[in-house]
Amino acid sequence: MRELEFRPKSKIRELLGEKFILLNALVALIAILLIFIFIFKEALPIFTDPEIMQEASVDKLMLKQSFYEGQEPRFSWQPNSSVPKYSLFPLFLGTLKAALVAMLFAVPLGVGAAIYSSEFASRRMREIIKPTIELLAAIPSVVLGFFALIVLASLFQEIFGLTFRLNAINAGIALGLAVVPVIFTVAEDAMTSVPQSLREAAIALGANPWQVSITMVFPAAMPGIAAGVVLGFGRAIGETMIVLMASGNAAIISWSFVESVRTFSATIAAELAEVVFGSAHYSVLFFIGTILFIFTFIINLGGDIVLFRLKERMQGKSK
Amino acid sequence: MTAPSGSEIKVIPIELMPKTRGYLPRGLTFLAVAIIILMLLIIMTNIILNGIGVIDWGFLSRPPEDGMTAGGIFPAIFGTVALVILMVIAVVPVGVLAAIYLQEYTRPDSYLMRVIRVAINNLAGVPSIVFGLFGLGFFVGFVGGGMDKIFGNSQGPVWGQPAIIWASLTMALLTLPVVIVSTEEALRTIPRELKEASYALGGTKLQTIGRIILPQAMPGILTGAILAVSRGAGEVAPIMFTGAAYYLPYLPSHLHDQFMVLGYHIYVMATQSPDVEKTKPILYGTVLVLMVLSFMLNFVAILIRSNMRKKRAGG
Repeated sequence: MRELEFRPKSKIRELLGEKFILLNALVALIAILLIFIFIFKEALPIFTDPEIMQEASVDKLMLKQSFYEGQEPRFSWQPNSSVPKYSLFPLFLGTLKAALVAMLFAVPLGVGAAIYSSEFASRRMREIIKPTIELLAAIPSVVLGFFALIVLASLFQEIFGLTFRLNAINAGIALGLAVVPVIFTVAEDAMTSVPQSLREAAIALGANPWQVSITMVFPAAMPGIAAGVVLGFGRAIGETMIVLMASGNAAIISWSFVESVRTFSATIAAELAEVVFGSAHYSVLFFIGTILFIFTFIINLGGDIVLFRLKERMQGKSK
Repeated sequence: MTAPSGSEIKVIPIELMPKTRGYLPRGLTFLAVAIIILMLLIIMTNIILNGIGVIDWGFLSRPPEDGMTAGGIFPAIFGTVALVILMVIAVVPVGVLAAIYLQEYTRPDSYLMRVIRVAINNLAGVPSIVFGLFGLGFFVGFVGGGMDKIFGNSQGPVWGQPAIIWASLTMALLTLPVVIVSTEEALRTIPRELKEASYALGGTKLQTIGRIILPQAMPGILTGAILAVSRGAGEVAPIMFTGAAYYLPYLPSHLHDQFMVLGYHIYVMATQSPDVEKTKPILYGTVLVLMVLSFMLNFVAILIRSNMRKKRAGG
């Protein structure tokens, strides 16, 4: 064992040490602020710069436009045509379609698996299920995108005889695979955090385990399950590589789920590399980034608050 | 009260409870588990079967040849390793110190603590493509461009362009929450008595942190670093504009060089290859290498963590 030594205490060193450690703790906070500032800064010209506003002002991004005399006003995303068109609506629709498919696929699977793991599975079974689903989360999204592009797309096309290999369903299902672990983890956590003593008490009073689940555990854990679903939706909206590779990236307006879609995130990834620094197109891409940031920020904050309250309640801290 | 109060959990008399034993839900939810595991198995089998054939020493040690339809992936492996090493150097000290501040210096209900915690959780939820935008705007444009101005690099930008240092720093921010959360978990397991003993012997707070807390938290710090590496090795969106290159004939030798990386290489080969069928075997091989890397790292992290949890449970 090392000899203990008593150094004279230095108040200054302790104080500086604490301040230095505090500085590191603030990095996350500063990062969030800087991310917002630096992304919004590049998007700002579409609100202020008259030259850029000619091409891409907020109403041009949001409302239907006609580009020559007599053309019926329409939504159109064609940033590289001779008259650049920057309507965000086709991208919004594409993002929503892909995310919707992902949620339809991931919510039943994620919540279902969470219920099985927390309510039915033996302890041993649970110790297999949890790490396995966590393993799914460890697959890099570029690998899921690759799988959807090379394998899933051909499979679906063959089975359903689709015209477009890459479409909203294909991208959505691959996206769903990325969302399942998010929903599962949060929902399972919420259900298993219901105190064991309560379950035991109800069983002692004569309820069978499933009656305990539906009358007590689910209502109590519902906010947590909902938070899991909402956080999963945030993930589906922000995920990039999967939709970039598997969606076909056509910015069209269509309500069909077997046609190609182009999402917000994929648009940034596909176009930023070729864009002229400081151009209208550049600002619009950062504006899309700002939308993504704000949207996911609100979702995460909301989910966070719900989970925080749930945790307090389960630990019996609230009144 | 240690349990939720009656107003939140509805009490239903047993007679009024639905007469069910839950066989149908049990079957349905098991089906959900089975489908998830089946899909995972399908993906892994497909990649292993198609990828294993191309992996040999030449594949791992040679650069791509003939427009990526032949040769190996050595520059991408090298670039990935370089990226995560730089990232770990940046993220681990900051993450560990942040966790120490949150666990050892603040009270859990203080206002500052809550704000920082919200920031960490939110940072974990920021879409990776937004990190890419931020890396380009802040690190490449603001920091790099600023450094060029200060050093007066007149022959064009040296630092103010996509480079491995900016990609690593962007990735470090992305993985910061992973390191903080993992370290915090380890800090919570350290017995109070150890710290008290240190103080009783006259140790100061910094001495206690340096000699008692940090060594005790090592497994947690290691887990966090490994999980961060696994995440950083697989993410593509944050580095697309901050340093990753489509193809490079040389390896990065300086912090301001661009680099090749496995994930981006997969994306490029899968979407922009001139001859998809000819690229496919190499593509599968690359995916397999990345998958094995991620899974191995995660497996090690899970082992360390469960070991740590057992130790805590055992007292």
